[in-house]
Order: sequence, then C-alpha cells, then structure tokens
Amino acid sequence: MSLAIAELEATRAPSGRSWTPLAYQLLGIVVVLGVLVIWLLTADLTATERTTLDPSALLGYTVEHLKLTFLAAVIVLVIAIPVGIALTRKPLRFLTGPVLAIANIGQAAPAIGLVVLLAFWLGFGFWAATLSLVLYAALPVLRNTMVGLQQVDERLVEAGRGMGMSSTAVLFKVELPLAVPIMLSGIRTALVLLVGTAALATFINGGGLGILITTGVNLNLTRVLITGSVLVALLALAIDWLGRVVEHVAMPKGL
Amino acid sequence: MPESLTKTENNSSAHRVTGASILLEKVTKSYGSGKAAVDGLTMEIPAGKVVMLVGPSGCGKTTTLKMINRLIEPTEGRIVLNGEDVTTMDGDKLRRGIGYVIQAGGLFPHMSVAANIGLVPKMLGWDKKRIADRVDELLELVSLDPNAYRDRFPKELSGGQQQRVGVARALAADPPVLLMDEPFGAVDPITRQRLQDELINIQAELQKTIVCVTHDFDEAVKLGDWIAIFNEGAQLVQYDTPERILAEPANEFVENFIGSGAGLKQLTLTRVADVGLAEAITASPGDDPQAVLARITAAGHGHAVVLDARQRPLQWLSRRQLSRLKAIDSALDAKLPVVGSRATLNDALDTMLVSSAGAALVTGAREKFLGVIDVSTIMEAISAAHAAASEATEDAPVGLNTGAIAIAEGHRA
Repeated sequence: MSLAIAELEATRAPSGRSWTPLAYQLLGIVVVLGVLVIWLLTADLTATERTTLDPSALLGYTVEHLKLTFLAAVIVLVIAIPVGIALTRKPLRFLTGPVLAIANIGQAAPAIGLVVLLAFWLGFGFWAATLSLVLYAALPVLRNTMVGLQQVDERLVEAGRGMGMSSTAVLFKVELPLAVPIMLSGIRTALVLLVGTAALATFINGGGLGILITTGVNLNLTRVLITGSVLVALLALAIDWLGRVVEHVAMPKGL
Repeated sequence: MPESLTKTENNSSAHRVTGASILLEKVTKSYGSGKAAVDGLTMEIPAGKVVMLVGPSGCGKTTTLKMINRLIEPTEGRIVLNGEDVTTMDGDKLRRGIGYVIQAGGLFPHMSVAANIGLVPKMLGWDKKRIADRVDELLELVSLDPNAYRDRFPKELSGGQQQRVGVARALAADPPVLLMDEPFGAVDPITRQRLQDELINIQAELQKTIVCVTHDFDEAVKLGDWIAIFNEGAQLVQYDTPERILAEPANEFVENFIGSGAGLKQLTLTRVADVGLAEAITASPGDDPQAVLARITAAGHGHAVVLDARQRPLQWLSRRQLSRLKAIDSALDAKLPVVGSRATLNDALDTMLVSSAGAALVTGAREKFLGVIDVSTIMEAISAAHAAASEATEDAPVGLNTGAIAIAEGHRA
C-alpha cells in the first residue's frame, strides 16, 4: 500500500514540480553575493566609500529596505486579497472588468512619479514611501486574485452549489484553493516590485538601500553605486526565490 | 436491534423504490424583461422512474432541471418533493438531499476521489469511518476498485472514470432524487454506451428518481421510462413513454426531433425474449438425413436445427443440404446466425439479414436453443407494439404548460 503511494508520488513529481531550477537560483544569488563581498574586501576604497559601505551601515540599509518591503507587502495582502475576492462575487461582479482594466493601466504608470506625487501630498518620510509602495504593489495582487478566481471553471462552482455547499464553502474549499497558484505568483510579483520600488523611497527620505545609489550618483562614487544596485537586485532575486519556494510547497495536490 | 431489523427489511425487498416523486407546479422562470425561459410548466415526475428531458439547445430543459434543486430559483410556482413543498426551504439543505451530476463529472481537481465522494456525507456530519466505508461501497457500485482509485486525483482518471466518480459522488448520501445534466456528453461513444448500461444496472438496483437532461434522443429512448420533449420556452410538446413517442409522435416537431428511423429505434425497445418464437424441427448428430428431411417436409419447414447433447445449436441445415448429406456430423457451423434472448429486436434483425435463411436461432441461458425468430415475427411484434402504444397509458404522469396555452389563446384572439 505504502509502496503504491510512493510510486504514485514518484510519477507525479516530474510534472513541472522539480526543485532543480530553484536550487540554481539560490546558488546564483549566493555566488554573486560572494563575488561582491570579495570585490569590496580587496578593492582600494576611499575614506568616504569606506564610511558609506561600512558593514553595519549596509546591514542597517538592508533591514530598513526589508522593513519597507514587508510592511507594504502585509498591508497589500490584507487589502488587495479581500477586495479581489469581493470584486468577483456576484453583487460586484460587474466591476471585475473595469477594475482589471484600471489595474493593468496602473501597472504601466511610472513608480517614481507615484512616489514623488504622494510625497508632496503626505509629506516626505517613511509613511509616504510605504503608502506609495502599497498602492503600486496592490495592483498585481488584486489583479491575480481576480484572475485566479475568474479562471476557476464555472461548472465546478455550480457542482459545489449543486451538492449543497454554501457560497462561502465553495469560495474557501473550491475557488480559493484552485486560485492559489495564480494568486501566489501575483504576490511574488508584488514582492519583487516592492523590493525594486523601495529603492526609490530614498528620494522622499524613506530610507532603504536606495541611498547607496543616490549617494553613488551624486558624489560620483562608482563602487558605492554598484554595491547599492547589486544589493537591491540580489534582494529582489532572493525574495523571488522565497516566493517560488512558497508556491512550490503551497501548490494544491492534484493540479 | 432496530438496525438489524431494518437490515432484514432491506434484504427482503432488495429492489424497492427508494426514489421520491417530484412535482413542478406552474413553474415559471423569467430573466428580467423578454421571453420567459420556462413558462408556467406543470410536470409530474413519478417516484423511482427515469425521466429524460430532451429538446434543442436553449429550450429551457436545463433551466427546468436546475429549478428542481433550486440552483435556479423559480420566479413563480411551487416545487414539491415527495409531497413536501420545498420552494421556500433553505436551498443548500435541499441540495444536500438531491444528487447532482454534471457533464464530465465536475470533480474538484484538488481533491482525491475519496474526498470528492465524501463531500456531502462530510457536510451532513457523518463520522470518518462511515464516510470511508461509504466511499468504498460506492466505488464498487460504479465498477472502480476502491484500493486502486480512492487516493487518486481526478486528472489521473480517464473521462469515463471521472464520470463514474461523479455518479458515485451524487449517490454518496443516498439521495432519493438524482439530477443529471448531460452526464455522458463529454465521453466517447463506446464509453458512453458502457456508462449508460451501467446506469441502467445501478438504477435497477437502487430505483432512484432520476431526471436527466440530454440532447441525444437515442440516449433518451435507451435510458428513459418517460421522455419529456421540450420546445423553446420549455414548452412541453410531448411527455410519454419512449414507445408511444416513437409510435405516435405528437406533432411534426417531435417527428423531426426523433429523426429518421423511428421504426428502427422502436426495435431497440423490445427484447427477443418478449416476442413469440417459431418452433423448429430439431435433429441430433448421427440422425439419418433422409428421415430428418422427411420430417421437415411433413411439417412444411425449410430447415432443421442440429443440436448437441446439451441442446446447443450446431448447424442449421436446409432441405437441399439434407438431401445431399450422407450423415449428420457434430461439427459446429461458425457462421450460424444466433442471437441471445436478451438481445434487442434490432440486433436480431441485423443477424437475420446477413444469414442465408433469413431468420435467426435464439438461445437462452447456457446457449440452450429456444426457437427461431424471423422477419414475420418482428413485423408482428412491431404492429403489436404500435397497437399497444396507440392506447395512452393510464398511469401517465401529468405534464402541461399553462403559460403556453395562455400564449396560444392570446394569438388566436
């Protein structure tokens, strides 16, 4: 019996569920980080560069950056997922199309514009940065929640209702589990966007790794600029990797 | 103690009706303005019978079906289940007591076969052990090995297997009524035929009330005790037995819907065992051909059937063959036109047409020879069926459109 199950698992595994690409991604991130560290250790740094690239300062920027990212992400999840669900329910379903269109257009708006505009409205600082990040990252989550729920076969919903499941039961036992893969990929996209966009927070005094890039540009310190850019990129890739791992684990069986 | 009592009761009446009667009373469904999808339909569905709803697409047959379990709420009218008005009861509760099968099974892809089947019992609060036992019992019923299939996911099943699990899921809580919406529409013709045969067997055992929507008239003839033919706006054009609809189509619309070959379809309704068979002169291997020839000449027959010791037909000899033979041997003629007594007249006719004698030998249990069936027997059976069908059955369920009548009168005025 257990043998038969093991056999089933074995036959199921290769269907696009391999861990190998994930391992390569992680390896790549670690290697690039290693190269960066070695390069910084061996490079002949000026005094300004040394102060800016001090390990504790770097760590501080990174933590700040992650704080911005995750705070924004949590707010996004709490808002965008319920709104996405609500917009696909019967009373609001007529809004699905228009909202999806707006979400798609909004995605094309330049992030820097949003960040600066909000800063003028709300004042400079951490919260203005967070709010602009939330607005920006909410779109992919909202969009994928709606698309994920929409693509669930109408007949399955009807089968559920036909068996006597309440609409809430159908939502939680059928629709959401089947929407999970698409929703998770939306969340991952949002997180990656957030890491990148959070680098812009520095323009309005929001903190984060962006300061390395602006400092590098303003003072013509190429090494600082490169370090900042690479760190942001690595952070985005690491978050993307984490998201993929979660998708891999949370993928409903049988799909 | 009471449990053992009910058990013996179950055994003593293995084929009792477990279905419930359904009554749609002046049911109307209209969407906003415009024509009603279903207009004042009154329809009686007898307990323990299979009622097929057929009609062109968009005729409202599916709407009618979904109003029975109130997946679609009727705008007007009442739905009565086993004498109880269910028009206003909690819809989810009502649906838990009615089996529902849709095309391709409608299985949830992220749940195992067992979880799919166990959904309704779980909602009804059965304990785990009881659900697991019921799942295995149902898988057996739909001819799937529980050990091999209960832990599989739907995508690991073929279309026919998915459909079977769909039927098992609908039967999970032993509902008195089963609603099926084009259940076999998505499988290949051979699988469909097998699933239909299985459904007939399951129904013979369970005697549920089954309401089934299909656009395939042949499927309706095969499965239905009663067929309801709808035209647009769920106008009930004819509601009768398959025999009567084939013999006496109510109007041109029904005739067109039946399509060509109504007579041939009629042949699929009667089994060889149900018609009178002609007797035959029989002989055994070793008999003298001349004596047998004399016997068939005396009886005015053209052929003699050679049977083995266990009464199974071996050869079918014509007068000409007999006159040339020196002795009758015990060889088996591979091309012998034989049909079983459970075969339909359609099959029998097919066998007859390719046999040189223009008739076929009928065998019963253990291939024992029963008699001969020929074209004239079939003609008689058909005309008898026509005669029987021309008299309306007395227990025919009611089906009419009040709305349609009102419209027709409005036109006349």
